[in-house]
Amino acid sequence: MDIYINGLGNISPQNTISSDNFLTDINEVNEKYMQVVQPVYKEYISPKALRRMSKIVRMGVVSAQIAMKEAGIDMPDAINTGTGMGCQADTEKFLKSMLDNNESMLNPSAFIQSTHNTIGGSIALGLGCNNYNMAYVHRTFSYESALLDSMMLIEEGQGNNILVGGFDEITEESYQIRARINLFKNSACNNLNVLNDNQPGALAGEGAVFSVVSNDKTENSYCKIKGIDMFFNPDNQEEIDTRINDFISRYNLSANDIDLVIVGKNGDKEYDVIYDNVCNAVFPESDIAIYKNLCGEFDTSSAFAVWAGSNIIKRQDIPEVMQHSKKRDGKIRNILIYNQHRNVNHSVILLSEC
Amino acid sequence: MEKLKVQIIEQLNLEDMEPSDIENEEPLFGDGLGLDSIDALELIVLLEKEYGIKVEDPKEGKKIFESVKTLAEYIESRKN
Amino acid sequence: MSRKVYITGLGIVSSIGMNIEETFESLLAKKSGIKKPKHLTSVHKNDFVLGEIDISIDDLKNRLNIPENEAYSRTSMLGMLAAREAVNNAGIDNINEYKTGLLSASTVGGMDRSELYYRDFLTNDTHNKYIDIHHCGDNTEKIARDLGIKDFTSTISTACSSSINTIMFGARLIKMGILDRVIAGGVDALSKFTLNGFNTLMILDKEHCRPFDETRVGLNLGEGAGFVVIEADDIVNKSGKKPICEVSGYANANDAYHQTASSPDGNGAFMAMTNALKISGLSANDIDYVNVHGTGTNNNDLSEGIALKRLFGDNVPPFSSTKGYTGHTLGAAGAIETIFSALAIQNQVTYPNLNFKNTINDLGISPQTEVDKNSEVKHVLSNSFGFGGNNSTIILSKINNN
Repeated sequence: MDIYINGLGNISPQNTISSDNFLTDINEVNEKYMQVVQPVYKEYISPKALRRMSKIVRMGVVSAQIAMKEAGIDMPDAINTGTGMGCQADTEKFLKSMLDNNESMLNPSAFIQSTHNTIGGSIALGLGCNNYNMAYVHRTFSYESALLDSMMLIEEGQGNNILVGGFDEITEESYQIRARINLFKNSACNNLNVLNDNQPGALAGEGAVFSVVSNDKTENSYCKIKGIDMFFNPDNQEEIDTRINDFISRYNLSANDIDLVIVGKNGDKEYDVIYDNVCNAVFPESDIAIYKNLCGEFDTSSAFAVWAGSNIIKRQDIPEVMQHSKKRDGKIRNILIYNQHRNVNHSVILLSEC
Repeated sequence: MEKLKVQIIEQLNLEDMEPSDIENEEPLFGDGLGLDSIDALELIVLLEKEYGIKVEDPKEGKKIFESVKTLAEYIESRKN
Repeated sequence: MSRKVYITGLGIVSSIGMNIEETFESLLAKKSGIKKPKHLTSVHKNDFVLGEIDISIDDLKNRLNIPENEAYSRTSMLGMLAAREAVNNAGIDNINEYKTGLLSASTVGGMDRSELYYRDFLTNDTHNKYIDIHHCGDNTEKIARDLGIKDFTSTISTACSSSINTIMFGARLIKMGILDRVIAGGVDALSKFTLNGFNTLMILDKEHCRPFDETRVGLNLGEGAGFVVIEADDIVNKSGKKPICEVSGYANANDAYHQTASSPDGNGAFMAMTNALKISGLSANDIDYVNVHGTGTNNNDLSEGIALKRLFGDNVPPFSSTKGYTGHTLGAAGAIETIFSALAIQNQVTYPNLNFKNTINDLGISPQTEVDKNSEVKHVLSNSFGFGGNNSTIILSKINNN
């Protein structure tokens, strides 16, 4: 069953808040990690609600509002969220004050806001939405799980307009900690040149993307989501290739029908090679694009790729900054998003024109 | 009481507020300033941090936090 | 969409038992696991009673045969214990014989290690191996590797309602034909992070909690893990296995009232229970026993009680909170109480609400206080509610043809 993407909201390190332009004015940074361009939150959230919200809650709530406005709905039938690391800033705040003050005189707000369902809960609270509300928290499967759940709800007839989002925030401490074990690069890196950077690890980033997915095609529809798959801990490259081929054939397509593959290359050379292997073995004729040079690496970055892929299909334009290898000229009908976390969690999402 | 208002604004992150925006006898909860039960817990932490006063029963908070005036009176009474 | 979902295996570890057998014995013997903690390091350890499992992190490693130098959180190891038992209990030899998924839940993941080593994480390399086991999905990955599951893994964190949601999601994946079999549940280990967090909310009872009692003042925290194996009826019938019960209904709704408190009219709870009944095709009168969320806080029990009265009117079925046995095990609570409910159907028995004496005046309904072995248990409803307004309900039913 196909579902339509009818509205998108994206708060990212790029200028993505307005949907008037699509990656025309690119932010180039030379930093240890990429941070989002923050909107003026007061324009979206009341001061009373805003005062307790950390960055991740703010960017989640606002990107959800933007997506709903674009889709022209004011009450979703369900709210599904994905986040790999959740509310890092509030978790750190509570944890550190607990350690520093020897478990005394702690503020409840940071604890309350540290739970992974804070964003979905805050959106529901703001809308007065009593409907289905779920939070997935499984590294790079978090957003994918939320998206799959949304497709299932529509297929089950449990809802028609589902608000689904993925978000993660970077903080100085969480960056430092993960750079220590080379998950992230230890020194500054130019985001637009990330694939040529020789430091171990990925260029860290953050972001929040919400979309409204629906059974109904509207004037605003960007594209269809045909399917999602996730697989864990493959034995070898052949297993990866086979699982991706099997996934595509489930939708009566062949690899050659995939016009564009958006891959999650993040500048970590040790694992970027897996994408090259898959592209060479399975998609020798397809265009290849990248996106983490725009938003950095974070667990729910595939939500950014869905945003980008949706715009590419709607506008029939692959922004130059995303182009990795260009072989085709024709219409872009089918896009496969392929992301993997250090060869452990692999996920694919298939988008098609509507 | 001005000092107390500054502390309340800080503790509760009332970003756009000035001490003069809070009336001494204005209800802090409900129709007044519109604070909620989490704020009440934050105010209990404030009392302990700034004044060394421990409130053990959260139900006690209701009376203490009626307004800035009642709060100031409570602090005064616990000092003596 | 006509597939039914059966529970075929159970696995559990909590302060009242290291496995199903010990747990069930404790339930019948009215034996609580709540006491002063031995293993948790916290300045408050003498201030509170907790549902702590009496096993050290080293003994857990030994029991699971994990090499000394490998980094495992207490959370992950508790999860592995329960998940292994569930798979054995279901009589599964070849995990990949059918398309199988693993769904786990946790609220704080590897926090039990992170809170010990956080300063090191920031300043030196002595505990680097614990850095990447902090996230909530770590326990799921560990269990998936342990069991050899590859097709589908995911993790849910909706605060204290998390692990009902994994069973619900698993049941839906099976009904949709995406998977044939799912190991679903949740786990949380005690940590000083959660202990201090709940302490700031001033909802911890220093004595044994008294759910649904007029004099209740709060909850006791606990730790544990619970996993169920759920399978499609077609593969169960093919194998000739005897299933334990059916997952007949489930629902998730949001109270949308307050960040932590439940609404005075119990709206979210009422909607979750009503929608779960709708999915099951049952009416409220069909429910023989309710395992309530019943944390023992002022707010939860009143709000949940009002929702029960809204749904069942004057005929509220026998109900009890089992939090007096285990404490509130957070991300594991929904699964642990689903397992208690499955055992209720399997053994035709329902459990007492420990420490109850006085009916809540504003409510006028009282929980069951003794073990009941004499009533028929065909349909059981279990609730789990959490911060952020997340409310979930699951309904289990006796399978008629056996």
